[in-house]
Amino acid sequence: MWTAVIVAGVGCYLLKLAGLSLPEKVLSHPTVERVADLIPVALLAALVAVQVFSGGTSLTLDARVLGLAFAVVALLLRMPFLVVVVGASVVAALARLV
Amino acid sequence: MTEPALTPSERSGIVRDGLAVGIATGAYGVGFGAVSVASGLSVAQTCVLSLLMFTGASQFALAGVVAAGGAPMSGAATALLLGTRNTLYGLRMAPLLKWRGWRRAAAAHVLIDESTAMSVNRDTTAGARLGFLTTGVAVFVLWNVATAVGAFAGEAVGDPRTFGLDAAVGAAFLALLWPRLKDRRNVLVGVLAAAVALSMVPLTAPGVPVLAAGGVALLVGVLAKGDDPTEVPGPDDVAGGHR
Repeated sequence: MWTAVIVAGVGCYLLKLAGLSLPEKVLSHPTVERVADLIPVALLAALVAVQVFSGGTSLTLDARVLGLAFAVVALLLRMPFLVVVVGASVVAALARLV
Repeated sequence: MTEPALTPSERSGIVRDGLAVGIATGAYGVGFGAVSVASGLSVAQTCVLSLLMFTGASQFALAGVVAAGGAPMSGAATALLLGTRNTLYGLRMAPLLKWRGWRRAAAAHVLIDESTAMSVNRDTTAGARLGFLTTGVAVFVLWNVATAVGAFAGEAVGDPRTFGLDAAVGAAFLALLWPRLKDRRNVLVGVLAAAVALSMVPLTAPGVPVLAAGGVALLVGVLAKGDDPTEVPGPDDVAGGHR
C-alpha cells in the first residue's frame, strides 16, 4: 500500500509540474485535447457506478443507491459539496436503520 | 507591456475569494480522511496522500478502488489518470502565472482545480498569481488539517457502513463530476463509461473496471470530430466559489 501511495503521490506532482513546464503546443492536437478532457469524465462516472452498485466482484443494490439519489437532488439544488456528501451518508445510514 | 499594479481593494477581494474557497474545500477534507481510513488505508498513509498527492479526486479514487477490493496499484493508476487533468490546467496557467525555477516547482504542488478556477479569469499576472497562491495555500493547509481530523475520526468509527461512509464516496465522485456534465458529449461518455465499468465488475478483478472505462474516453475522443476547448474549472465550479 505504501508503494502505491508514494508512486501515485510523486506521479501526480510530476503531472502538475509537467503542465507548468511544457510548451503549450504539446496539447495542440485536437484529438489529444479531446481525449484528455474526456478522461476525468469517464473515470469519475465509472467510479460513481462502481462505488454505488457493486461490492467486490458482484453487482449489488443497497442503501448506497438512496444516498446517491439524495446527492443528485442536492446537486440539482446547487447545495454545497459538504451537504451533498454528508447528506448522502446520513440518508444511507438512516435507510439501514429501518 | 506593463501591467497596472493591483489596487488594495482588488487585492483584498482576491484574497477573500481565495480564503472562502480554501475553507469550503478544506472542510470536506474531513470526508476524505474518514473515507480513506474506512477504505483500509492507515491514518499515516491517508495524511501522506493529502500532503504529497494533494489533488482531491485522485485521492478519493485511490481510496475508492482500494475500498472496492482493488489492488493498491490499480488505485494508483486510476489516481494518476485523473491527475492528468492537472497537466491540462498547468498548460493553460503557465503563460498567465509566468513563474520560473523553484517558484514554478513550488507552485506546481498547489496546481489543482480550485487554484486554477480562482486565477484563470484574472486579467493580470499579479492578479492571477495572488488568486492562485491564496487559494492554493489556503486549500493545502485546511485540507491537510481536515484530513488528519477525519482520519482519526474514521478510525474511531470503525465499520464504514455505520454512518453510511460507504455511500459518501459515490456522492463525492458525483459532485466532482457534476460541473462537467453541462456538455452533451460528456454526459454520453459518462453514461457509457458507467455501463462499461458495471458490465466488467463480475468479470475482472476489482479496480480494473474503472481503468477500462477510461477506454471510453479514448474511443470517443479519437472518433469525435470538431474542436473541444480545454475545460478548465471556473469560480462557479468549486466549493466556496461564486454560486
